[in-house]
Amino acid sequence: MPSPIPTVSARAKTIEITKLDFFYGKTQSLMNVNLDIHEKQVTAFIGPSGCGKSTLLRTLNRMYDLYPGQRAEGSIMYRGQNILDPGQDVNMLRAKVGMVFQKPTPFPMSVYDNIAFGIRLYENLSKGEMDERVEWALKKAALWGEVKDKLGKSGLSLSGGQQQRLCIARCVAVKPDVLLLDEPTSALDPISTAKVEELISELKQDYTITIVTHNMQQAARCSDYTAYMYLGELVEFGETDQIFMNPARKETQDYITGRFG
Amino acid sequence: MIGEHSSKQYDHDLEAIRSKVLLMGGIVETQFTDAMTCFRVGNVEAAERVIAEDDAVNQLEVSLDDACSHLIVRRQPTANDLRTVMATIKVITDLERIGDEAAKIARMSKSLHSRGMVTVNHFETVRTIAGETSDMLHDALDAFARLDGKQALALIARDAIIDREFGFIMRNLITFMMEDPRTISAALDTLWVAKAIERIGDHAKNIAEYVIYVVEGKDIRHTRPSAPAVQ
Repeated sequence: MPSPIPTVSARAKTIEITKLDFFYGKTQSLMNVNLDIHEKQVTAFIGPSGCGKSTLLRTLNRMYDLYPGQRAEGSIMYRGQNILDPGQDVNMLRAKVGMVFQKPTPFPMSVYDNIAFGIRLYENLSKGEMDERVEWALKKAALWGEVKDKLGKSGLSLSGGQQQRLCIARCVAVKPDVLLLDEPTSALDPISTAKVEELISELKQDYTITIVTHNMQQAARCSDYTAYMYLGELVEFGETDQIFMNPARKETQDYITGRFG
Repeated sequence: MIGEHSSKQYDHDLEAIRSKVLLMGGIVETQFTDAMTCFRVGNVEAAERVIAEDDAVNQLEVSLDDACSHLIVRRQPTANDLRTVMATIKVITDLERIGDEAAKIARMSKSLHSRGMVTVNHFETVRTIAGETSDMLHDALDAFARLDGKQALALIARDAIIDREFGFIMRNLITFMMEDPRTISAALDTLWVAKAIERIGDHAKNIAEYVIYVVEGKDIRHTRPSAPAVQ
């Protein structure tokens, strides 16, 4: 018996997604998604490949704008503005809603410049201020201790886990509001994964975090809320403990217990 | 009922655990029946059997605990699977204790009969509570086997009947003891047996509560009987 999607207790909402549809050309890949992202909480999107979870994440900072033929309909309210509004300043949006990808994407430049690069786009800081900001961002990303003696070395010389934390530091450096993490640990070994997960729990003190993951245990460990998606629809959204202990929908239960397909 | 896992081995592992629990349930149910027969007629053979079976029950508890730990480490079960494993770990503890209580009844019966102390109408005293408890245990195991939340919920109320019956037995035996102090020894033994039966009822109730946990995801332990809402 399908029960209604349970509503989550009222908390400050950073992002409110209402009636969101998304199209890749003629193919619709999100259908009427309604979801609230709560402030300073971690929200995980889970679901099988092609369910639309990454697509949903990419709508939150209009990453899809880079590709012609992709469009979103509905509304995504963020700080009183509709992100989907054509008049939206996409550059400012992406500074406020930062994204980290599945594979670490350090720029082919020094560790220091990897961080400073983004800051220079938005702010004009003195050398001293910039040094401080770089250190601050690297500390936030729990990387400072490991790279403080090699700030001049190429970002590509770091290990995979360090590169990913460098990308998170780069994201944090421009003082965003929301972090979007698209399978941030799927290319990392267990120790680096643990460090990134640890980082997520620290970063949520200051940021609203949304994470897409294929690793169900990771969603269970790191997130406060979980959204289960299937075939472009939001099947169930609720507090993570409830979703993993006692999901309301059979479809969710089948997926998280491995009875899928 | 519930679909299969993508991993067949996962299904096999869960099914192996389930059938072992049912096997263990079957053994303790027989233990209890044999123990009561022994109490009624003083069948020493039955008593020995009950006491010997306790080893098998203990071994099953150990091996099931182990199987559950292995399942957790290998599969990281979630949702209903997780609840099944958690409930299983608890159910087998209750089953093992039921086995202990049955062995206790068997030992008591042996001593009662061997000392020729059957002076009070000892079996009639516990006939009702034994019958009620036996039914309740059977139904609890049945509800676990079929994951029947409704049956489990109905069972829970029956524990109060058993508790009340135990109160009657106690008052009854106290009357005997006051009237004729020579019955005290046998009456006390009978009282211990009644207490063991009453405990078995408690364990059956626990099993029913775990069934509700598996089916509904609600932990209704230590709540008022009116509180649980099973749709």
